Amino acid sequence: MRPYIREKKSFTFDEVPENTSFEAGYLTTVNSGWRSIRPVVNTQKCVGCEQCYLYCPDGVISVKDGKAAIDYDFCKGCGICAKICRIGAIEMEAERK
Amino acid sequence: MANKTAESISREEFFYGHKACAGCGGSLAVRAALKVLGPNAVSVLPAGCMSAVGFNFPQLCFSNNSIISTFAGTASMLTGVEAGLRARGIKEFTAVGFAGDGGTADIGIQALSGAIDRNDNIIYICYDNEAYMNTGIQKSGLTPFGAKTTTTPAGSNIHGNIRPKKNMFEIAAAHDIPYAATASVGYISDFIQKVQKASQIQGTKYIHVIAPCPTGWGVAPDETVDIAKEVVDCGLWYLAEYENGEFRLNHKPKEFTSVEAYLKKQGRFKHLTDDDIRIITASRDKKWEYIGKNFAL
Repeated sequence: MRPYIREKKSFTFDEVPENTSFEAGYLTTVNSGWRSIRPVVNTQKCVGCEQCYLYCPDGVISVKDGKAAIDYDFCKGCGICAKICRIGAIEMEAERK
Repeated sequence: MANKTAESISREEFFYGHKACAGCGGSLAVRAALKVLGPNAVSVLPAGCMSAVGFNFPQLCFSNNSIISTFAGTASMLTGVEAGLRARGIKEFTAVGFAGDGGTADIGIQALSGAIDRNDNIIYICYDNEAYMNTGIQKSGLTPFGAKTTTTPAGSNIHGNIRPKKNMFEIAAAHDIPYAATASVGYISDFIQKVQKASQIQGTKYIHVIAPCPTGWGVAPDETVDIAKEVVDCGLWYLAEYENGEFRLNHKPKEFTSVEAYLKKQGRFKHLTDDDIRIITASRDKKWEYIGKNFAL
């Protein structure tokens, strides 16, 4: 399990919990709008060494079928994965609207 | 291709969707440590970057139990969390604190010292980005010599911070703590192994991890990991452990890379003169002479 996006509700002040917040891992907004460049995995080259998975500060890289897969909802486009990849299987591409 | 380190930690994410800057070293340290400790970790975070980016109501980016403490009280709240859960008969948990360099070496040092003195069964992780980054880059006790911050500006007379970095690792070790270690997010397997080791030890554990801040250090977001590696390779930081009353060096660079190259990559050191760099290099050599005499390999 990882924190995941929930339906966004609006709150009045009375409804704000006094003590703890909601259950853990309660996300309401994505981070994809922060990005100007996005990492793209070349699945032909990727050998699944998982270095990008280990070094991603946001934890958006997982390994599916032996290849790196990126959750673009939460990737901020920092580029650490592209730089850490020794075989050049990740490239940063401009984000297009 | 199997990756041993990746196999040794949880596949789940416990710090996800947070609002840290792109390429944040601190968030990488928190993420990696929580993946070691698993869902039963109870994390305590004082005022600082990681609490600012992790708890934006109603967004909660931790999927383990997590709480914000007072700035000075990370370690004392850890004491309380540990004692409270133990009193309720809960056995499977790890109380872990993540405090920045200011929250550890300046504001929280008294609470930390007290917790080590009581030998409470907690893990305290200091993610060291070498200044108060959350409030806009002010000098902390762990800001290195020569670094430019908003409270130690670089002018023609004084070139940034005039004081050396406080030696928090050896301060923690001087309490005769069961386990203390230094690490860097640039050597993530080493850091993960140290958190794993700490989770097996009874008593207070202190891990000091260098976590570069692209915003405050003046480097590109994709350079976080490289610069965290380079600070170890050029000898300005070292990977070591303290256990059973003995210091041990985990990684000895065969030959140091250039201190000047490391410094000049960063906006906060751009203003340094050749004389300043000589002072920094000399202090590095002196430190390594000390390490050579007092640390086992």
